[in-house]
Amino acid sequence: MNAIRVLSPGFQTTVQDLGRFGYAHFGVSASGAADALALRAGNLLVGNAENATGIEMTLVGGAFEFEADTVAALTGSDLGAGLPLWTPLEIRAGQTVRCAATRSGARGYLCVRGGIGVPKIMGSASAHLLTGVGGRALRAGDVLPIGEAAIRRPRRPGPGALARAPQSTRQTVVRVTAGPQEEWFAGEIYAAAYAMSEESDRMGLRLRGPAIPSPAGRMITEGVPLGAIQVPPDGQPIILFVEHQTTGGYPKPANAIAADFWRLGQLRPRDEVRFERVEIEQALELLREQERWLYDLV
Amino acid sequence: MTIRPSSDSSLLVTFGDRISPEAHRQVLRLTRRLESARKIRNLHPAFTSVLVEFDPRRARAGEIEELIRARLQADGEEDVAEPPARLIEIPVRYGGEFGPDLEDVARHAGLEAGRVVELHASAEYEVYFLGFATFFVYLGGLPAEIATPRLAAPRRQVPAGSVGIAGGQTGIYPLASPGGWRIIGRTGARLFDPQREPPPLVRMGDRVRFVAVPEDRA
Repeated sequence: MNAIRVLSPGFQTTVQDLGRFGYAHFGVSASGAADALALRAGNLLVGNAENATGIEMTLVGGAFEFEADTVAALTGSDLGAGLPLWTPLEIRAGQTVRCAATRSGARGYLCVRGGIGVPKIMGSASAHLLTGVGGRALRAGDVLPIGEAAIRRPRRPGPGALARAPQSTRQTVVRVTAGPQEEWFAGEIYAAAYAMSEESDRMGLRLRGPAIPSPAGRMITEGVPLGAIQVPPDGQPIILFVEHQTTGGYPKPANAIAADFWRLGQLRPRDEVRFERVEIEQALELLREQERWLYDLV
Repeated sequence: MTIRPSSDSSLLVTFGDRISPEAHRQVLRLTRRLESARKIRNLHPAFTSVLVEFDPRRARAGEIEELIRARLQADGEEDVAEPPARLIEIPVRYGGEFGPDLEDVARHAGLEAGRVVELHASAEYEVYFLGFATFFVYLGGLPAEIATPRLAAPRRQVPAGSVGIAGGQTGIYPLASPGGWRIIGRTGARLFDPQREPPPLVRMGDRVRFVAVPEDRA
């Protein structure tokens, strides 16, 4: 059987694609890869459709034994596997890819030619850990079938694009556009550096820093998108992440731009986070630049 | 109605600034009319608004806004084709360990606990929307006599199936989660099942009635 055996799962390892769309009006957010750019790149490098299912590892990676010859790619975080990142890797049957603690960023991806062949639930293979939709975190002994999502030959990365591969550092600037309640605030969020809290998870990234005055005014619960920054009464901002609630009642001064979602996925506990305000047109130009990089890479 | 960006990937459509059955009709109508739109990734209906998410690599906010306006203006033919609202009965064990805040709600209302249960179980509610973190069921139509403010400090854990009151709203927690609603009872009904299509037991626009059952049932 063409499969991958999980020898050890690492800290929190799940199967992810680009998310489960179309169910927010039932109360289910999209989930999907925390660094979708790294998952897409990994899939394209091994010759998969970019939405193929891959393995997402968090902070400490796992060990995976391959039962067949295949092509794989490691992208995102450097999890100390001793293999080059952002490039197709020839894997032999019986070979083990063994990852360790992160050396950069928070999330690494193992993409395999053909994708991980787990069943889709509500249109996606992504695990949504909070609700259990799409399964649970991987455990030692799990066997993951290799799927049939390959659509073309693996591709070597272009050297120019490889040199510009995303890099995570312990200080991150997240670009944001105005949130729906921006005018309730006085720009406090741009004045300070925040620290990523250990209590963060795939639902929300909790930040610690100078408290932002909780603005007066009655908020009616409304829909919230990925990357929304909400300020609860304690004044400590929370960035809504891939498993976020679908509606919320806290005011939102800002929202991370789509081109920086990958940066959110790479934030580690105690990283320093600052926010920089941009206009939507700039945000879209940054997204176009990022797409050009991705297609230069492959 | 206003339409404005909530992020570079979403628009927030708002129908006024008051929770009302009229605002809910508009929210329900827009949600149904956009459900099958190809360029829309996700719809987040709430009390008076719908958040419309799109992929900014594939669509521009301007074209999504035009689509929203066009669907709102179109004649209501597809509304006629909608199935009639279903009435779903939900069994609830009120009070005691299942409804730790029932006595407080009664005290606030100046009523006997039994009368609070009668009132809560006599009304027919409409499912306003499903949302929050755990497919929370927001219901409109709570009898005004038993409206009660939220707890001052939310509980760290509210058991799955808990039925609560917050201000003039009532709702059900389908999964265990933190929460600040006054819990008056609990249901054993399975409100969410990912293997079911669609997964939620009740959906936006459905009618709900609570049925008081003895403690050893539901």
